[in-house]
Amino acid sequence: MPLQVELVSADRRVWSGEASLVVVRTEDGDMGVMPGHAPVLAVLAAGDVKIEPASSDRDEVHAHTGGGFLSVEHDRVTIVADRAAIGAGSARS
Amino acid sequence: MGAQLRVYRSKVKSVQSMKKITRAFELIATSRMVKAQQRTAASAPYARAITRAVSAVATYSNEDHPLTKEKSEVTRAAVLLVTSDRGLAGAYSSNVIKEGERLIELLRGEGKTVVPFITGRKGIAFYKFRHREVAGEWSGFSDAPGFEQAKDVADRLIEAFLAEEVDGGVDEIHIVYTRFVNMVTQVPEVVRLLPLEVVEGDTTPSPDEVLPLYEFEPSPAAVLDALLPKYVESRIFNALLASAASELAARQRAMKSATDNAEELIRRYSRLANNARQAEITQEISEIVGGANALADAGAGS
Repeated sequence: MPLQVELVSADRRVWSGEASLVVVRTEDGDMGVMPGHAPVLAVLAAGDVKIEPASSDRDEVHAHTGGGFLSVEHDRVTIVADRAAIGAGSARS
Repeated sequence: MGAQLRVYRSKVKSVQSMKKITRAFELIATSRMVKAQQRTAASAPYARAITRAVSAVATYSNEDHPLTKEKSEVTRAAVLLVTSDRGLAGAYSSNVIKEGERLIELLRGEGKTVVPFITGRKGIAFYKFRHREVAGEWSGFSDAPGFEQAKDVADRLIEAFLAEEVDGGVDEIHIVYTRFVNMVTQVPEVVRLLPLEVVEGDTTPSPDEVLPLYEFEPSPAAVLDALLPKYVESRIFNALLASAASELAARQRAMKSATDNAEELIRRYSRLANNARQAEITQEISEIVGGANALADAGAGS
């Protein structure tokens, strides 16, 4: 079962959809989340978020966030950032 | 044209142009209103995610945090008043200010010193006019608040809350804002922002959906440290957005009734003008008839 991913910034939902892998930068270093990951609440450092969509017809998403946090539970991933922008060359949802 | 008639006609004209203005304001408020509601809806996922995370941390860790700690003796209380920048919104600003005055009186009655923070020019003007001291003021965004502004306000309030009393610190912070219920009802409301009570209720998941046992990365304390200020920011942002929607709804309603009033006035003055015109005609006729009669009488007499 793929991950249900939501990337939200303070004023809007930036990206949402299904993904097979999410890589975020926490304060201690990069962390990858795949389906079946243990529930976690992590503080994010400013940096890039990479989301690999589950379906192959959507492009990999690179987003830049200015710090925030990540929560994972029951294959639902929520990335919350004050500011988040999807990088150039990636598909918009 | 008689003097009376001219007066009425010019009144009708001036009311007509006023009606055009209030009508335009009404339309502007309506279109901004839609945008404000969209913004409120767009900020909901963020608020939900934050609230859920905060309640998760609060449920599974016994971490104490300065922002949640109740002080045993509260001597200084801050009040954040969310008012509008512009008028022509009916009683919107004065309702919030009145609610704020009530709260301030209550807090003073409990022996607390009140430290006011204000957003919106109307509230600032109210305090300036009465020569009251304001601890912090922001303006220029009341009908379209951005997250940056909410963050500004939040940072300032958190700083005040964490500061020592001698440096102007406060022991608790209240927000007075206007809750948007629907297009016709907006209620001024007081909520205590700090120390934080993580609101259970609509945020706690139902009993069959137990919150998972989270791992905290890097540590529960660090997560709480990062999360709580964001929670405060999100609460303030929500209050600003709700107030913006309320302000626009109030303005729309005020301008609608102003337009209706103008229509009513135009109708009344047109009636009076018609009346005056008719009176003039009647007078002219009777003058002519009277003159003709007098001539006829004079001719018959000679």
